[in-house]
Amino acid sequence: MRWIALLLLLLTALPLRGEEVIAGLSQNSVSLTVNFEGSEILIFGAVRRETPLPVDTALDVIIAIEGPPQPVVVWRKERRAGIWVNTQSQDIRAAPSFYAVASTGALAEILSQDADLTHRISPQLAIFEARGTGDASARATFTEALIRVRAAEGLYQEHEGLVDMQRDTLFSTRLTLPKTIVEGRYTARVFLLREGQVIDEFETFINVQKAVLERWLTNLAFEQPFLYGLLALGLALFFGWGASALFRLLQS
Amino acid sequence: MQIYLPIAETSVNAFTLLGVGGGVGMLSGMFGVGGGFLITPLLFFIGVPPAVAVATGVNQVVASSISGVLAHLKRKTVDLQMGSVLLIGGLVGSLIGIWFFNLMSQLGQIDLIVQLSYVIFLGIIGGLMLQESLRALRRANNPAARKRKLHQHYWLHNLPFKMKFRTSGLYISVFPPLLVGMGVGVLAAIMGVGGGFILVPAMIYLLGMPTKVVIGTSLFQVTFVAAFTTMMHAITNQSVDVMLAVFLIIGGVVGAQIGTRVGLKLRAEQLRILLSLLVLAVCGKIAFDLLWTPSEFYSITVPGRF
Repeated sequence: MRWIALLLLLLTALPLRGEEVIAGLSQNSVSLTVNFEGSEILIFGAVRRETPLPVDTALDVIIAIEGPPQPVVVWRKERRAGIWVNTQSQDIRAAPSFYAVASTGALAEILSQDADLTHRISPQLAIFEARGTGDASARATFTEALIRVRAAEGLYQEHEGLVDMQRDTLFSTRLTLPKTIVEGRYTARVFLLREGQVIDEFETFINVQKAVLERWLTNLAFEQPFLYGLLALGLALFFGWGASALFRLLQS
Repeated sequence: MQIYLPIAETSVNAFTLLGVGGGVGMLSGMFGVGGGFLITPLLFFIGVPPAVAVATGVNQVVASSISGVLAHLKRKTVDLQMGSVLLIGGLVGSLIGIWFFNLMSQLGQIDLIVQLSYVIFLGIIGGLMLQESLRALRRANNPAARKRKLHQHYWLHNLPFKMKFRTSGLYISVFPPLLVGMGVGVLAAIMGVGGGFILVPAMIYLLGMPTKVVIGTSLFQVTFVAAFTTMMHAITNQSVDVMLAVFLIIGGVVGAQIGTRVGLKLRAEQLRILLSLLVLAVCGKIAFDLLWTPSEFYSITVPGRF
């Protein structure tokens, strides 16, 4: 009897294990060059299955791209003596510098709460507040504000229904990295879901790096600030003096 | 064409930058003003973080004043003694300004401080310029105007540590020029300006220097203080953006050359009114942003970034 139960269990479990997700990106590196205006990334993939397609439940895909996390401070303005001043602040231990979620349907419908908690998919869960300061509801207001402000800047994006799925097998979506993104390793995660549960996950990376000149300038500015200052002065003196010398030459 | 600014970590339109540099350069060529007090706020408006705008603005001041100071040195219209005293004050002031700037950055209030200082100073300069040019216009219509006395001695000049300034023909205490220089240094560090708009009137009315050395001496002080402040910003908070500076400077030097030529052909009084109105408009815009209820009460700062 025991082996029959085991077999039944296996059989019900099979379709879950039987589907795998494979995905690719149009580019695995983004270079912040002189004329960088933002970048569009195409994410595409396929579902591989060795068993027949289950017909009773729907297949869904969620794609999340997350930029390198950074500590941030969220400020609230209040009117003081007529002018708007930053008065209160909340430290956030780590918040992704960029976060985009695209899915085949509304997150609330295709993703169960515990799966969301395990995999930290919705943006609220990707933000780690500093513990122990203020009461929880006040902290939540600041976290919401962080998401709202970053969403307005195009840094946090939610695109429900933007993942295009064909014949329950092929899917693709396009996400835009805005011009204000920071450098670092971006994680792209692809989740395959059925009945609100994650049945397979695929992870890949995008390297965002400043191009040679920009990289060099930033490194110089932070590692050799004295030399960088001299460079800034040298350029100012060169162009300031050079231009007037040139105009004098043109005039005579 | 967008251009990526590696320190500001955003991109802005290259032609907008050249336009800002060129437009302000033209004004500075026409009126002999430095223009730093217009460049920095215009950079805020196009989305450059205030800290980067200030540090890069002061770098641009070096470029816009260097050829002037060289010309004045050649013509010997620089009071080097007075210039050095003003400079010592300026360096001290710049250090104080940088310290204050970095402190306010840590407290998350630097944007407010920069904006407030701009509202106050642009309001004062714009108002004075408007008043002055209206008066000049009236005087041009009424030639029987009184002439001002060359210079007077106040109690200020009789403080201890008197020093002889040969080129200016003055024998006054070193404290007034030190304090004036210091004030200008503080402004350079906090506002990213050269400070000529404060220095020139202070030298004429407060120190009583002869007008022929005023411009050269102020340029001398401004160039060195701006250079020092650029270095200090680069070293203490890494907010100088070279890419941004190069575009502003190229626009600025070309604009200044055009402005100088245009300025010779136009009537100055009416233009001066326009300049003062422009300054007041920029002041009004910044004041409006501070006073108007914002649509978003929250903002984000990332420690170590702008």
